This record gives sequence, C-alpha cells and structure tokens, in this order.
Amino acid sequence: MSQDTDADLLDALRAGDERAFVALVRRHHAAMLRLACSFVPNSAVAEEVVQETWIGVLRGIDAFEGRSSFRTWLFRILVNRARTAGARERRTIAVGDPGAAVAASRFDEDGNWLSPPERWTDDVEDRLEAAKLADFIRTAIDDLPDRQRLVVTLRDIEGLSSDEVRSVLDISEGNQRVLLHRGRSRLRQVIETRFGGPS
Amino acid sequence: MMRLRLRRRDLVCRQAVELVTDYLEGALARGDRRRYEAHLAGCPHCTEYLAQMRKTIELTGTLTPGDLTPQMQDEFIAVYRQWRADPQNG
Repeated sequence: MSQDTDADLLDALRAGDERAFVALVRRHHAAMLRLACSFVPNSAVAEEVVQETWIGVLRGIDAFEGRSSFRTWLFRILVNRARTAGARERRTIAVGDPGAAVAASRFDEDGNWLSPPERWTDDVEDRLEAAKLADFIRTAIDDLPDRQRLVVTLRDIEGLSSDEVRSVLDISEGNQRVLLHRGRSRLRQVIETRFGGPS
Repeated sequence: MMRLRLRRRDLVCRQAVELVTDYLEGALARGDRRRYEAHLAGCPHCTEYLAQMRKTIELTGTLTPGDLTPQMQDEFIAVYRQWRADPQNG
C-alpha cells in the first residue's frame, strides 16, 4: 500500500478502507507536523492541528475534485487550521525586513568580494556522515525565521512547485521568491560557516 | 532581497548574490539574466557562490520525513473509527 499514489489511496479511502487512511497519514504526517509547528507555539498543539486536518480531510474528501494535488489540498487545510489555532497572529505572511544574502562586510566598497565564499561543496559529504549532516541541515532549517522556514520546507524538502506554495500559504509569487531567497541564502551561510575553509 | 535595479551595464558581486534565486527560478528578465551570466563568466567567486546555493538546495532535498510512532498511528486509527462511527458521516 505504501507504493500506491495518493489518488489510489483516496479512492480506497472513499470506499471506506481504513488501511488507506493509515497509509496516507504515515506518508504525510512528518511534513504536516513540521508545517504546523511553524504556526503554533508547541508540538502538542501542532499534533492537534494535524489531527483536526485529517478530520477535515475525511469530511471534505467527497468534495475534493483533484484539481490541485492531494498534498496541496491537504496543506491548505492544515495551514487554515493552524492559523486558527495559532496563538501568534499569522493571517498574513509579510516579507519583513530586507536582509542581504551575504553580509555587507564581505564586500569592498565597490561591491566586489573582499572575503569570497570558502569552498565546501566538494567534500561536505565526506566530512560528516550522512545522518549527522542531515541533522545539521535540519537544525539549520529549524533556526530559520518562520516564514522562510515554511517556504524552504515546502519547496526544497517537500518538493512543491512555487505555484503550489503560493496556493498553500496564500502569498504572492514575489513574496514566495523573496522568502525562498532569504532562507536558502541563510542556509548556505550556515553551511559555509561550519564547513568552509581547508578541511 | 533587495529589488535591484540594474541600471549599470555591469553587475558587482554584491548585486549578483541577490539574483541567484531569481536566476534559478527562471524569473530574471532576459537582460538581467544576460548580465548575470556575463558576470559569472568573469567571476570565479560568484560562480562558486552559485554552486554553493545549488548544493544547499540539493542537501536540503535529501532530508526525509521522520516516521510515525506506533502510538500516534493508533491515535489516528481511533480518529478514523470515531469519524466512521458517527452516523452523520454515513
């Protein structure tokens, strides 16, 4: 059942197959929990939001026409529930303060590199075992500001398209790209700080 | 990211690093893309920077979701059965 597509599982779920429900939950749970955590103060509330989302799915399943992907629909329900549950106001996703991708001090007054990027791409995977590297990246993502983390998570971990992210978060294309840019730039900096320079 | 107005013909590195995401997203206007690529051709540091952004995206993409604990799975089965048992949801 883990090989079935979301659409197959939805069909089975519509027919009342409990195993299809569990398979869908298993597949999407971690992503939903991560998303929910960006809106609510603690993981207990996030878990409630995820549960409520699945109840919303069960209620709405017959109305879901499959015009968007199941995951986009699922995440939209989740984001709506999470915003309702969120203690912090998250109804609008503003872009926030402008931030440079690279600290200004690394350029000279003409805007050329003074302290160029230190190399790390060739050997980063040799320098830390895969599980530890994954932990490092995950921590770096967790440390991003909420809105950047949301967009980076949806785009680069969950693999949603920019259109899907706009639909899930109700933000403009421009804002989506700005948040993605800031988030990715910050991650690059964190990786460079940890792995840059001679090994 | 500052909305950069590229009035001058040539980009400087500080501007180039702000264009990376738009470049990777295919969102640069043609003239800006050309200026960016021309800058890369003459700047090994910005070329390295672009490679690092690509690698960052690749590393992020290797993260896999954690698994559901058996206890949580039981909770979801309970949610489902409760929903099914409600005559309203016939």
